[in-house]
Formats: sequence, C-alpha cells, structure tokens
Amino acid sequence: MKRLRWFIGLTAIIIIFFAIFSYPIPSLLEWQSLLLKRVFFILFLCACLCLWRILIGPTSSDRAVALDILGILIVGFCAVLGIATGRHWYIDIGIAWALESFIFVLALAKYLEGKRFDE
Amino acid sequence: MNETAGLVFIVIGIAFDFFGSLGLIRFPDVYNRLHSSIKCVTLGTSSILFGLFLFKGFSATGIKALLCIIFLLLTAPVSAHALARGAHKSGVKLWEKSVCDKYEEDKNQ
Repeated sequence: MKRLRWFIGLTAIIIIFFAIFSYPIPSLLEWQSLLLKRVFFILFLCACLCLWRILIGPTSSDRAVALDILGILIVGFCAVLGIATGRHWYIDIGIAWALESFIFVLALAKYLEGKRFDE
Repeated sequence: MNETAGLVFIVIGIAFDFFGSLGLIRFPDVYNRLHSSIKCVTLGTSSILFGLFLFKGFSATGIKALLCIIFLLLTAPVSAHALARGAHKSGVKLWEKSVCDKYEEDKNQ
C-alpha cells in the first residue's frame, strides 16, 4: 500500500514535469527564453504546495512555517521576473519583500510564545 | 556564455525550491518540516539571485542581487530559530517516533 502511494506520487511528478518542459517542443534557437517561461510554472507549483499547507495545517505554527517559506519563494519569483522582463526595479521589490517577511515572521514567533510584543 | 551559466544556476535553484516545498508537504511534524524546507528554500533562492547576478554583471541590479543574497543568508536562520522556539513554547508535541528532546531536558533542570 505504501509502495503504491509512492509510485502514484512519483508518476504524477514525472507527468507534471514532462508536460511543463515538452509543450511546445523547444527549438534550438530560442531555448533560453522558453526555459525562462517554464520556470514560472514550477515556482507557481511550489507556491501552491505552500498554500495547501497553510490551508490544512493542524496547528497555527504549521501555518507560520509555510508563510515563512512562501515569503522566501516570492523573492526568487521577483528575481526571475526581473530577468524575463528586463525591468530593473523588480529586485527592489524582492529586497523589500524579504525585509518585511523577516519582521513579520519574528512578530508571529513572539505571538506563538504567548508574550506581548514589548517584553 | 554568462547567460548559459546563469540559466544553469537558475535551474539548480528551482530544483532546490521544489524539493523544499515537497518536504513541507510530506514530513510529519512542525520541526521536521522546518528542518527540511528552510535550508533547501534559502539555498535555492540564493542560487536564483546568483543567476540574476551572472545575467546582469556588475551593474546596479547585480550588486542589489548580491546584497539580497547576504540578507537572506543572515535572516533566514534567525527566523527559523524564532519559529521553532515559539512552537516549542506554545506546546506543540513532537512526532511519536522522535528520539530525544534536549530543550525540554534543559528546561526541567
């Protein structure tokens, strides 16, 4: 039963990656821009996994952990967006998002300890 | 040449990000999830930002990407440590097959 579940998950992951990387068929001339377009789908998949953990997490600390991971993922998303579109201000959004996510997670950890914010 | 090296770094970072998020789904406990995912995602995002630096060279965007790498490597362990301490103090149980809990022993002394 356990091996059947592992097999089903592995085939699902292989089918998703094959569908992302093989349609449309990449040509040799413009493979760089096509690869950059497909990177977005995988980052979207990672963000969906984090959102699923936020939705079904048994305790509130699970949701805080998933929120921390999602904040770091969005910094990478801003970097890839800055390469793909050629704009120079996406990395500024990434730096600001990292700073805000850090302070937010520290405040959430203080809240989980059961203390007030000024202790 | 620089663009090809940057794409290689971006693909490596994407793989680390994906397996970190998969560990966030698959592991059984808060501490195991934090342990599996925070290191993978930090290294993957740093690799993506280094790919951006290889694309842009020593311009303003590339220097900002290097600064963002340093900031991430400094702040992600601090936030993970604070989250694990807060989860332990709020009374989240460990997984039943966990071996030892040194923080609980230190608090009881």
